Amino acid sequence: MLPELFFAYFAFAIVLLSILIITRKNPVHSVLWMLLLFFHIASLYLFLNAEFMAAIQVIVYAGGILVLFLFVVILVSIKEEIRIGRFISAWPTSFTFAVALFIALFFSLRSFIAAPPGNYTVDIIKKETHTQVLGKLLYTDFLFPFEVASLILLVAIVGAIVLAKKRFKS
Amino acid sequence: MVPLNWYILLSTAVFTIGVFGFLSRRNIIIMFMSIELMLNAVNISLISFSHYLQDLRGQILAFFVIAVAAAEAAIGLAIIIALFRNKATAHVDEIHEMQG
Repeated sequence: MLPELFFAYFAFAIVLLSILIITRKNPVHSVLWMLLLFFHIASLYLFLNAEFMAAIQVIVYAGGILVLFLFVVILVSIKEEIRIGRFISAWPTSFTFAVALFIALFFSLRSFIAAPPGNYTVDIIKKETHTQVLGKLLYTDFLFPFEVASLILLVAIVGAIVLAKKRFKS
Repeated sequence: MVPLNWYILLSTAVFTIGVFGFLSRRNIIIMFMSIELMLNAVNISLISFSHYLQDLRGQILAFFVIAVAAAEAAIGLAIIIALFRNKATAHVDEIHEMQG
């Protein structure tokens, strides 16, 4: 009973915060609601025995990406954006599309058949700690994708500097 | 024990809200945040699958999704700053130089 209650609270809060994010007029408010959303999602990960992912969620999303968002919102003047309307005039079309997508996904969920369970039971993960199990897997079976991810991050760093720096007139 | 379907339903709901936000808002920063919302919805479903199927590959995949989201945020926000320097607006409909 207690797990269901916890899940109900987190699910309700996550859906409510998502709706708040996309309906606020001021982007600063959206960013702050998003901070709360990320903390709720991190708690949901803790609930799924994925404590490393919860820590990464808080550090990377709440600590890194959202600060980046806040800086950009401060750099970009939003005075006139606040005055014009929130949604485009054709918003019922996109609403219909989103609802249709939800219904399609909901009905595809009913034909879902679970695969046979793998080797990593909760007991094994608990015995060896979650971070260690994940690290072992990441540095053995997934070493090549890990290196590719590091290359993607390098390209992102260089690209962000090149795009955002001032052009010097010669 | 919370059934797996509830997590997938939650993920679907968040993803749908992200899709709606992306299609109906015209502030470029909020559109960008809708993309982050969709990525987070996918992460929720990946990690819940990983827990219920007792396979850690889902969490590895979520790890890579977070890495790509960080790269995407850095590049996208740099593009927004470059755009704002040329056009001084965050409203997407006013950016129509390419006549698309």
